[in-house]
Amino acid sequence: MALIELKNVSRTFGKGDERVVAVDNVSFAIEEGEVLCLVGESGCGKSTTGKIVAGLLKPTRGQVFFDGQDISAMDKESFRNYRHAVQIIHQDPYASLNPTQTVRQMITRPLLRHHKVKGRKEAEARAIELLEIVDLTPATDFMNKYPHQLSGGQRQRVSVARALTVEPRFIVADEAVSMVDVSIRVSLLNMLSRLQEEFNVTFLFITHDLALAKYFAWEGRISVMYLGRIVEDGPTRRVIMDPRHPYTQALLSAVPEADPDLARRKKRMQLRSADIPSLLDLPPGCTFHPRCPYFVEGVCDGEVPQLVHIPEGGRVACPVRKDVSIQLIEETPDAPVAA
Amino acid sequence: MGSVFLGAVQSIGTTLRIMSYNKVGFTGFIAVMLILFMAFIGPFFVPLDTETKVDQIYQPPNAEHWLGTDHQGRDIFSQIVNGGKDVIIVAVVAGALSTLIAVTFGTLAGFAGGRTDSVIVSITDIVLTIPQLPLLLVLAALVKLNNIFYLGLILGALGWPSLLRAVRSQALSLKQRDFVEAARALDLGTGHIIFREIVPNMMTYIIISFALAMTGAIYAQVALVLFGLVPFSGSNWGVMLSLAWVRGAIYFKDSIWYILMPVAAIVILQLSIVTMTRSLELVFNPRLRSGE
Amino acid sequence: MLKHEAGSGTPLSLRNVSIVYRTRKGDVQAVRNVSLNLRAGESIALIGESGSGKTTLGLSIVRLLVKSAEVTEGEIIYRRDGKEVNVLALNKNELREFRWKECSMVFQSALNAFNPVIRIWDQMRDTAQSHGWKDKKAIRQRSLELLRFVQLDAERVIDSYPHELSGGMRQRVLIALSLLLDPQVLILDEPTTALDILTQRTIIDLLRKLKEEQHFTMIFISHDLAIAAELADRIATMYAGRIVELGSEDDIFYRPRHPYTLGLIRAVPKVVGDFQELFSIPGSPPDLINMPSGCKFHPRCPYATDRCKEEEPDLEEVGPEHFAACWHWQEVEKELAAKPLHTTG
Repeated sequence: MALIELKNVSRTFGKGDERVVAVDNVSFAIEEGEVLCLVGESGCGKSTTGKIVAGLLKPTRGQVFFDGQDISAMDKESFRNYRHAVQIIHQDPYASLNPTQTVRQMITRPLLRHHKVKGRKEAEARAIELLEIVDLTPATDFMNKYPHQLSGGQRQRVSVARALTVEPRFIVADEAVSMVDVSIRVSLLNMLSRLQEEFNVTFLFITHDLALAKYFAWEGRISVMYLGRIVEDGPTRRVIMDPRHPYTQALLSAVPEADPDLARRKKRMQLRSADIPSLLDLPPGCTFHPRCPYFVEGVCDGEVPQLVHIPEGGRVACPVRKDVSIQLIEETPDAPVAA
Repeated sequence: MGSVFLGAVQSIGTTLRIMSYNKVGFTGFIAVMLILFMAFIGPFFVPLDTETKVDQIYQPPNAEHWLGTDHQGRDIFSQIVNGGKDVIIVAVVAGALSTLIAVTFGTLAGFAGGRTDSVIVSITDIVLTIPQLPLLLVLAALVKLNNIFYLGLILGALGWPSLLRAVRSQALSLKQRDFVEAARALDLGTGHIIFREIVPNMMTYIIISFALAMTGAIYAQVALVLFGLVPFSGSNWGVMLSLAWVRGAIYFKDSIWYILMPVAAIVILQLSIVTMTRSLELVFNPRLRSGE
Repeated sequence: MLKHEAGSGTPLSLRNVSIVYRTRKGDVQAVRNVSLNLRAGESIALIGESGSGKTTLGLSIVRLLVKSAEVTEGEIIYRRDGKEVNVLALNKNELREFRWKECSMVFQSALNAFNPVIRIWDQMRDTAQSHGWKDKKAIRQRSLELLRFVQLDAERVIDSYPHELSGGMRQRVLIALSLLLDPQVLILDEPTTALDILTQRTIIDLLRKLKEEQHFTMIFISHDLAIAAELADRIATMYAGRIVELGSEDDIFYRPRHPYTLGLIRAVPKVVGDFQELFSIPGSPPDLINMPSGCKFHPRCPYATDRCKEEEPDLEEVGPEHFAACWHWQEVEKELAAKPLHTTG
């Protein structure tokens, strides 16, 4: 039984003319101990989906299941357990911590409130333990600090330590390392991976950065979202090395690489249009069709393509290209393009 | 017991040190302390001069009468020293009540939303549209407004609506912040979220609002006395102002001190309160303390 | 169409530039003794993380630093048609002539790079007029031409307000704006940060067009190594206010000699291809008020020795046109000989 499952979840914002479907009929399941990455550009609905999974937003349609139970039908006790079991780490290190509280206050408060410890002394000790788990050492140095006295990376670690106070089984990391210096990102990701291995924490990792998604979720799965829908998902290896949906292919070919040779050899994908459709006025059928170089009239602008399983692993929502593998890089600059 | 005391002294010391980081604000704070000292302790040392001295009417400031004399030859300085108490008490009571109502219900409305919000906003709008002066006139006829606590309470009960609206919109925007969402995810409870997450981040705003509520109350009570609605006995600055006005003290070079002094006292008090808020900001908002 | 005259020689030279921010807590050494020559038609990327000094350096070239910043030493020499000036010594009028006409800056596309209550046309006209160009018709012509060049629907965009445009469109407008008075040198500050992947790609391609077809001389300021790989001829990595390594694209990516550069490259994942191990650089960027002694990178450096704690190394030649400021660059060379960085796809 999956730890978290979404069935046909949709979320709309606004009314009438201003109605925006941020998440459109999204279904997926995450097993305990697994890592799932949601990737996509801004406006694709990944953050909204993350908040729905964390119970911070209610879906307009569809159901969210935790340990097999529908969270909207849970009794108070079960819902409380669910709330504690699922925590969220935010993107902006400068907004995720209360500027008027010290690290000590931020970490001991949930410990005391939820009776995870008996009294102040134990709370203090446990807080120090947690700071050490997130590599903030020496922990005692950090206890009295205010957020403005910490660096971005340090704040994110405090966010994680705070989330760990309630012993979560599932963490939603919403662009958790995007606003942190490049050289620190890897150590944050490694720390999160350690949490996954040592404490069997399940992760939903939301990011627009494909390279980070690949690194963090290499043993897990990736879901690619576009304008509120999942267009492709599957084991990370398969999606990164053999993408099938044209949007995924476009993303992979467009990402700049920190390697000049690779950058030169990457095959460019020409999109038909540079315009991004507005969420207020989506194209019919496959929402990517106005930009897609493989557009087939009648097929792509008619029915909304459904996610279909492919034998290589995962699902693809493109009837035209789901069975076609492409080469992302040229073997040599003058090599002919493989079919 | 001793350690609690020591702890309290230490934190007062820390607070004062933090306040001193802003020179202007700290000056305001000192000024407020001095005025409070003068208004509450001063009267023990400078008794009110009630003796009529016909030969010393409207004297300008001199060695014997530091701020001159009034229309009855009474020493103005002693009147200033004794006249601050009432004014300050009304201001503090009014300001505290207004701020308490506005902060509690404004934050609740902004954070809770829905029915709670609608109800609170509707009540606020109704009170906001009640014309204050006519109401006070009516009350003056029904209730004896010379008790300073009652006056303070009434002014406080009328002064909160605009502050509540402002606090509410602050709460609405703070509600969206990541750390508030994290507190919700950690299930820390609505009470905690309001008073420990949201309110502390509005403190600058609240302090300034409290200061302005006080200054508003000061003006309101002076106006009431000027209109003769509040029959104060004794002399406070408002009464001084009223008497001076009625006596035409502005028309003569010598008598002008009589009207200037209470005005000056009121203005200095207002200014000190408002200036002090700059230092108070530093205490409540750790981020502003760049001196550390 | 747009036709830009490629200059020649060395349009911009920085010599021993040092910049300090005066704060209550002390002096922040943001840039320390930086020297750099920018050749005509060349693109240099200044790569560094927060606190490296790259943005401060960039802003100093167009003298847009805040009041609390002071250039304590050094010169910024600008050359054109055989004449040269020290940008730091220009007076107000000369500076107005310099900015935008000789050297312009492209900021990040955030909304606050624009005045929100005026249209794009007003912004362009104001910029042109404040630099002495009065002919409204000609300005309008040129603005439309440039907006078309950056692949925007010129007629529509010119009359829009900034909030009506997407992030990618705004970035293009900023690029067009910077070209308005036909400068010789462009400075771009994080031109693709905060943009989506597909939008980013179009901006990178546009910048490449500027570089390859129009031969603009450009300085890119970024924390993103990938953009350097796409657009830069030469790369300077900066740490704690100094350039710690300078070399060609290939030198930096395949033959780095400074441990920090190596650390950065190993910390940045490549997307396409198989999995690779990534390595973080331990520790955190230095406190710019209380910097470590000797080499500022030594607390985080796996090659650090006692010498590194005492003496700060200067840039020394480690290859043809390749410089690194490290006492142990040969160790780095040896390590890379054993485990090269070149990918095989």
